[in-house]
Amino acid sequence: MKINIQIVGVGGQGILTASKILANAALADGLNVIMSEVHGMAQRGGVVESSIRIGDVYSPIIGNGKADVILSFEPMEAYRALDKANKDTKIVTNIEPMVPFTVTIGQGEYPPVGGLIEGIKKVTPHVYSFDAFALAREAGTEKAANVVMLGALSALGILPISPEKMKETVALTVPAKFRDVNMKAFEMGFEAVKKEK
Amino acid sequence: MDKLVHGEKGTKMMLLGNEAIVRGALEAGIGFSAAYPGTPSSEISDTFSRIAKDAGIHFEYSVNEKVAMETVAAVAASGVRAMTQMKHVGLNVASDAFMTSVYTGTRAGLVVVTADDPSMHSSQNEQDNRIYSKLSGVPMLEPSSPHEAKEMARKAFDISEELESPILLRTTTRISHVRGVVEFEDRKSGKLKGHFDKDPFRFVTIPSVARKQHKILLEKEEKARKMADVSEFNRIIGDGKIGFMTSGAAFNYLMEVVEDMGIDYKILKLGFTHPFPSGLFKEFMEGIEKLIVVEEGEPYLEEYAFVYSRETRPEMRIYGKYSDHFPRLYEYNPDVVEKGVSASLGMEYRDRKPEYADMKLPDRPPALCPGCPHRATYYAARKVFMKDKDKVVYPTDIGCYTLGIQPPYELADYLLCMGSSIGSSNGFSEVTDQLPIAFIGDSTFFHSGVPALINAVYNEKRLIYVILDNSTTAMTGHQPNPGMGKNGMGDIAPVISIENVVKGCGVEWVRTVDSYDLPALEEAFKEAAENDGVSVIISKHPCALLESAAKKKAGTFHTYRIDQDKCIHCHVCSKHLACPAIYITEDGLDMIDEKQCTGCGVCADICPAHAISEVKE
Repeated sequence: MKINIQIVGVGGQGILTASKILANAALADGLNVIMSEVHGMAQRGGVVESSIRIGDVYSPIIGNGKADVILSFEPMEAYRALDKANKDTKIVTNIEPMVPFTVTIGQGEYPPVGGLIEGIKKVTPHVYSFDAFALAREAGTEKAANVVMLGALSALGILPISPEKMKETVALTVPAKFRDVNMKAFEMGFEAVKKEK
Repeated sequence: MDKLVHGEKGTKMMLLGNEAIVRGALEAGIGFSAAYPGTPSSEISDTFSRIAKDAGIHFEYSVNEKVAMETVAAVAASGVRAMTQMKHVGLNVASDAFMTSVYTGTRAGLVVVTADDPSMHSSQNEQDNRIYSKLSGVPMLEPSSPHEAKEMARKAFDISEELESPILLRTTTRISHVRGVVEFEDRKSGKLKGHFDKDPFRFVTIPSVARKQHKILLEKEEKARKMADVSEFNRIIGDGKIGFMTSGAAFNYLMEVVEDMGIDYKILKLGFTHPFPSGLFKEFMEGIEKLIVVEEGEPYLEEYAFVYSRETRPEMRIYGKYSDHFPRLYEYNPDVVEKGVSASLGMEYRDRKPEYADMKLPDRPPALCPGCPHRATYYAARKVFMKDKDKVVYPTDIGCYTLGIQPPYELADYLLCMGSSIGSSNGFSEVTDQLPIAFIGDSTFFHSGVPALINAVYNEKRLIYVILDNSTTAMTGHQPNPGMGKNGMGDIAPVISIENVVKGCGVEWVRTVDSYDLPALEEAFKEAAENDGVSVIISKHPCALLESAAKKKAGTFHTYRIDQDKCIHCHVCSKHLACPAIYITEDGLDMIDEKQCTGCGVCADICPAHAISEVKE
């Protein structure tokens, strides 16, 4: 078994925390897991990528066309990650854009989100898009958007980790006073994908 | 209770390669570590700093890698197991001490970690530090996974003691920053205190001593070669006809590629890579029909393959970088390795990336954070010098502020290495009519800016030296430095005043200004430009990430908002200051993203319409 999950987004969105939760949940279920992260200069508001591979794996990097899931915290970054996708890849993406400063100073334009999603659907029909930040706000704090995304990932039903184990790991990771909010965020992400399935 | 410190034998933990190295060092009974941070090595030091008290060891941040190397060499010579860790270019800084520490040798285990950065995710060059082992004669270990990094860190101390030589533990970004399952061994308790038994005819490297020690070094290398031949870190996997030799991160990609392609493989997986295990290599060569060398960076193993295949298999064709089947550039991945293996075997390679419309997406390069005090300094410098663009030159340095290269600031013209802003200014000021305006951060100033500043005063240069003092080592993750009042153990430390150091170097013209005080900054730049000599401006304000976090904790944090009724749409805030928290809507309105705003208020100060104010609810 090999499960390849590519997580992409922008520095500061909580991607590393989400990746760690996923990896720790896999370890808690006795699975082999390896992941790679981005640190240092590459992190200052730039694109953040993290790969998590579970099962009989050696490489911490996912090859082109080999992602089972692309979990994207930002719609344009989902499109930028398409090299890793194939026609069966499940793509879960937040649709609230983070406009890079290059657009503000007049270097390039941010494409319409609808156009991005349509473009992604030409590669794979399995696209789940929703406003993860709005859901997180509804759950109680925007900071829980990464846990909304984990809930959504869990609902795809392709992880070898049960949603309960995922929730348990979230609960162990976040500070006690944010536990309830994060449980709610997880559920909301889970439902967002489930109702589209 | 920290599991990394107290976890018992058999404990399994998801660890970064860098964290795993710390655990390995603890299992070996390390007593002391000293380092200067640098990506991708920084989390080794961060982790030591976090656990030092709990684990009962000493950790300190050194002013630079050379001082760290000298410190640990003395510690190990006194009988205490020691480690220093640095990024690949950090070893250039430490190399003077490192190269001769091999001559004196060591008494207790001495491990030098070099973390290379293929693809230059956070670095100014892509040098392959494995060559340092050849240059110095130091034995070297190269892990392929976090677990192996832990095991090698543990065993490295023993190898070092057996050979009485420092040892290199060489990682790359995809080892240091990979998280994997690591299984613990028991921790050995080590010595924290030692005694230096004097032996000047070993430790004082005057020429007559060095001549003797060089001979001993060559003998140690031969002993180490025999150890490499039988090392548990060097092994043969499979018994197929197609031979592969590999090490480090490349091994992981190769394993998946050969299994996916169904190749009849025999892999020589090397972890103890210097001295080259020539005996094991010859054994491996028996029965294989082809040899493919898969390694990132330089053709390091490949060259040994040429040397050692000559006697026994002179007819063997070697596929690698010299045959143009594998690149010397950038880090590898499964696709690069599959392409190289396919080409070596004469098989067709097809990229698996799907076809999709090539939509023109705007770039998202790393940028100075919202509220970054460097941005305010750059804004002021640009305002003063923009009209004389060709009369000034901006040598810059290594840190977050290097991002000043980007528009709209474009205040970076020249960069070599740590400290080169002021070093290179010595040259520009002499042979050009351009006024050098050099930018350097506080930590980099302490690291290597001081000697070059003395040089500038001594040689009577005319230049402006801007020290961007945010009182931390921000880029690598906010490690303490000598200006901060905190040390590697987390204790209060003496504060070294940058202004006093500058004055002590003989600089007469010094101004310290708050980075958010734009009128004062502009005034300082104008005055400095009139000064005929070395002018130093210390632009001081805490890193916005730390300050906003402190304000949130204290309950004094407020974001800013643009009053759309007052806004005149001049875009000074969005396009000239270019704070990432300010964006322009589709209707052309400037807006502040309060999620990103850190509440610095610089945009409010520069707004000509006074349309920006604090959100007070």
